[in-house]
Amino acid sequence: MLPGQKNLNQTMLDANQLASLQEAIATYTPLQLAWTSGYLAAKSEGGSVAVLPTATAGASAQAQPTLTILFSSQTGNAKGVAKKLAENAKAAGITVNFKNVSEYKPKSLKSETHLLIVTSTNGEGEPPDDAIEFHEFLASKKAPKLPNLQYSILALGDSSYEFYCQTGKDFDERLKALGATAVTPRVDCDVDYEEDAQSWSANVIDTLKDDLTKSGDAGLAPVVSLSGATEVESQYTKQTPYEAELLVSQKITGRDSAKDVRHVEIDLGESGLTYQVGDALGVWFENSAALVEELIATLKLSADEKVSIKGESFTLSQALTSELEITQTAPAFIEFWASISGDAKLKALAEDKNAAREYAGEHQIVDIVKAAPSDVAAQVFVDALRKITPRLYSIASSQAEVEEEVHLTVGLVSYEENGATRFGGASGFLANDAEEGATVKVFVEHNDNFRLPADGNTPVIMVGPGTGVAPFRAFMQERDASDAEGDNWMFFGDQTFTQDFLYQVEWQGYLKSGLLTKMDVAFSRDQAEKVYVQDRIKENAKEVFEWLERGAHLYICGDANRMAKDVHNTLVDVIATQGGLTPEQAEDYLKSLRSNKRYQKDVY
Amino acid sequence: MTTEFKDIKSTGDGPIIVEGKHADNERLKLESNYLRGTIVEDLADRMTGGFTPDNYQLIRTHGMYQQDDRDIRAERQKQKLEPLHNVMLRARMPGGIITPKQWLAIDKFADDYTSYGSIRLTTRQTFQFHGVLKPNIKLMHQTLNSIGIDGIATAGDVNRNVLCTSNPIESELHQEAYEWAKKISEHLLPKTKAYAEIWLDAEKVETTEHDEPILGKSYLPRKFKTTVVIPPKNDIDVHANDLNFVAIAENGKLIGFNVLVGGGLAMTHGDNSTYPRKADDFGFISIDKTLDVAEAVVTTQRDWGNRVNRKNAKTKYTLDRVGIETFKAEVEKRAGVTFGESRSYEFTSRGDSIGWVEGFDGKNHLTLFVENGRLIDGPDSPIKTGVAEIAKVHKGDFRMTANQNLIVAGVAAEDKANIETLARQYGLIKDETSNQRKNSMACVAFPTCPLAMAEAERYLPGLVTDVEGILAKHKVADEHVILRVTGCPNGCGRAMLAEIGLVGKGPGKYNMYLGGNHAGTRVPKLYKDGVDEAGILTEIDQLVGRWSTERNDNEGFGDFTIRAGIVAEVKVSKRDFHA
Repeated sequence: MLPGQKNLNQTMLDANQLASLQEAIATYTPLQLAWTSGYLAAKSEGGSVAVLPTATAGASAQAQPTLTILFSSQTGNAKGVAKKLAENAKAAGITVNFKNVSEYKPKSLKSETHLLIVTSTNGEGEPPDDAIEFHEFLASKKAPKLPNLQYSILALGDSSYEFYCQTGKDFDERLKALGATAVTPRVDCDVDYEEDAQSWSANVIDTLKDDLTKSGDAGLAPVVSLSGATEVESQYTKQTPYEAELLVSQKITGRDSAKDVRHVEIDLGESGLTYQVGDALGVWFENSAALVEELIATLKLSADEKVSIKGESFTLSQALTSELEITQTAPAFIEFWASISGDAKLKALAEDKNAAREYAGEHQIVDIVKAAPSDVAAQVFVDALRKITPRLYSIASSQAEVEEEVHLTVGLVSYEENGATRFGGASGFLANDAEEGATVKVFVEHNDNFRLPADGNTPVIMVGPGTGVAPFRAFMQERDASDAEGDNWMFFGDQTFTQDFLYQVEWQGYLKSGLLTKMDVAFSRDQAEKVYVQDRIKENAKEVFEWLERGAHLYICGDANRMAKDVHNTLVDVIATQGGLTPEQAEDYLKSLRSNKRYQKDVY
Repeated sequence: MTTEFKDIKSTGDGPIIVEGKHADNERLKLESNYLRGTIVEDLADRMTGGFTPDNYQLIRTHGMYQQDDRDIRAERQKQKLEPLHNVMLRARMPGGIITPKQWLAIDKFADDYTSYGSIRLTTRQTFQFHGVLKPNIKLMHQTLNSIGIDGIATAGDVNRNVLCTSNPIESELHQEAYEWAKKISEHLLPKTKAYAEIWLDAEKVETTEHDEPILGKSYLPRKFKTTVVIPPKNDIDVHANDLNFVAIAENGKLIGFNVLVGGGLAMTHGDNSTYPRKADDFGFISIDKTLDVAEAVVTTQRDWGNRVNRKNAKTKYTLDRVGIETFKAEVEKRAGVTFGESRSYEFTSRGDSIGWVEGFDGKNHLTLFVENGRLIDGPDSPIKTGVAEIAKVHKGDFRMTANQNLIVAGVAAEDKANIETLARQYGLIKDETSNQRKNSMACVAFPTCPLAMAEAERYLPGLVTDVEGILAKHKVADEHVILRVTGCPNGCGRAMLAEIGLVGKGPGKYNMYLGGNHAGTRVPKLYKDGVDEAGILTEIDQLVGRWSTERNDNEGFGDFTIRAGIVAEVKVSKRDFHA
């Protein structure tokens, strides 16, 4: 026996305790182990330990199983049937989770044991609007195996249509294919559905009643959120990133938006990579093939020409694609190109550092070269470029919710120059170049300066306009999964309500469920006068101050240049006015919040 | 109320009062504090462009429907954005008369604050704005109020906009009839001040049951539609309406009305307890009894209408359930009248006469054909701008017709040429428009109407072109078949009074009905179920082919389909329509 184990055995746990601990954790994934260690650490310090209902934790086998009843309905008939079904099931002593399918997270399916679906079908066999996503999920690769699931389906339809009850049939077929078992056969009902629906309901409750009313003792299983858990060192780092799969790159601004913002989902697979909410994801990217080609053509060089970077040999094309930075530039390059080209305007620019920086910020390499064409040797050009660097994105998800995935909110950087649209390096890669299924090299960048309060009861105020919304989506997922009781107040802003309300439907859902206490939004271009998040903070001055006074943590994420400063100044104002303080005292108030980790920023 | 009517004997096929748990809409009307609900709170909610479920229903009584752009509904769901919620407003314009000044104001509002930039003339003889976002709704009502228009009770379970035959020729008779349309509209209007409070920031005044003597605390069981019609024109389609006043004149002077009760076209696919039904003639009343009778019909329907099942709640079902005689007797009792023998009248046409006519008063009237009633600027025909240009110089008024067309009314002889030049310049007069096109009609449907199951307005123009080809092929190019397309079975396009009625069933699929007539006095019958667009053309080609060779002299298409036994005639809807 090794000394360490012996020690553990002798001083901490007896043999039985140790055996049962080892047995308990034998099947845990690295993620679950990390989770458990955090739980135990928190427990040993006597800290409060969050609890989750078993349905969401998906753990305890002893707990009384829940019957999940989902409905999707176009005209309300299916809803009516499902509602009655839920009432009858409850009356039979069954624990019921009753939801419209659009409010149901399809990923929870894998932890379900008993599921009933009542669904109608639209005109030509397509699912009702509220079931489109669920239907897509079931049919997609993302759908999990469901060997433990027992289910039954009631399909409402109209037999005069060609695709009678099609949606019900689709669900049935897919659930079966995923390994689930039909406890009673699907029933298809015609326009006069009442009787068939009633007998299906009675039958299915009768069949499931015994299974679902065994009294289990542990209704709740203790868990703790990842926050505060010991981090497991990952073998994947900035230098050795994980080659992840891009699952989704979905535009989440409307078709008439001036912006293109993407919701990106990346699969961390078996990497064992873990992150906490507040962390960032580093993303390596390749420069776009079209841009590389345009640059080489402008320089009148050959794509296949060999160049060397730090002793390694590449073709020019390879070097410009994956080794060197060509979408971001710096004053040094302007200086370089001014001397190569002898261009007077560039020379003048190079001498004024501020102007050079500004110009560099607004131009890509190719446009600087185009502004003053000149011949250059490939190696000389390559030597003047910087090594490509990964971009960091605030993570927009919590692993308590999305497990092996990581979500980002990526604003596609783009502007017009030389009659072409120039895109940001990483955002262009994620939005335009990488197809779903492509490989993305990623690593986790921890950020302990942007953390939810350890105590789930502490209120939080989140200010995250634009893509600054990302970490707060993660916060909400985390607080949802950990059943944190603290109040949550979100301030969001963007250009227009109809086109730019990022994750609108999710925020509405969190408000409806009560997880989100309050949300205030500001859309700058919807009215004659511009309105921003800081204006909403000001309008709510009294309440903001009250929240701070009762211990709220305050977070700002997004634009560093203007927004974060404006919000800060507004906060100083609010605190001074509401607290009867001088501006200096109000600044001190915020300083003390900051040193107590109650005022945190993630700005860029 | 149940005991109140226990001594009344039903002569129909059901009880006077339908017992049972009331439909949910009854709860929300009752709880709405006289149509207020929590609309004000919803307006302040910046998280959504929509209304909460109860208010979604209640805003209808203020003239609005919540809609969304259905073309991009799925796209926005993927974008994690809610549907592009907006409202459609239907104005209250009894008889459809609107002044040039009013027109210019609504034209501007449509440009500045609607997502489609259009004005839609509708079968309720009024205009609709489509695509108004929530932050602009109050501004919309205030704009309308500033020009003397409102949206009170043009939708929901109330008496809606009152129609009146557009007959500019018999100017004096029309004027009288129009005045009655206005009076009836105002008499039956909700008396609650909810509209003014919510939209016009009027002072809050409590409403009590005493203030709402006609409609009551729960308002009507279902929508209710009223018309004033001047025979021989039946442009407003009496049989699509719950209550109709048929103008009876002597020596050009209005003396009274025949009262027709219980028309209505809405039905539900697959539910045979629903059917389109013609109105019944209760008989003649003298002119001084008009408002009493209107009120008595409405209150009888209020008390006896089915509040348990909304699908059977309209007046037409109440009549069949309690019996026409019983209903009529109750109306006589409540109004203190005895219906006289019905005066003779005849309907001969329903379409508008496109082009110029001269009225008895010597004024000229130009009826403009507006396809689908949609006034929107197209690349070749900037017709919305055209109407605005006319409004800038026109000294008379405009009349919106129940056929979705527009009359430039009251033009002095010296102004005729100028108006005509403008109308031609902006594509409002097109000499090549066929009779078939003029007699074809569609409801709005996609992309805005939440009820639509299939295309209507966007389908009709191409369909008419195809039908024109078929008519030409069978050498009846100058004739027409009354053709109406409606995106769902709720009846806005009045397909259930057409010779060929197409009722949307699913994307690209329609139920095809045949057998209406030109005068609009016969309900058509189902011919084929769930036909696609190609199938529809094949059927029309074959049917028109037979009609052109086998018909009697001047026999209309609908009459022919019945005589030839292609469909059976619907005489009594309840019995024949689904038979």
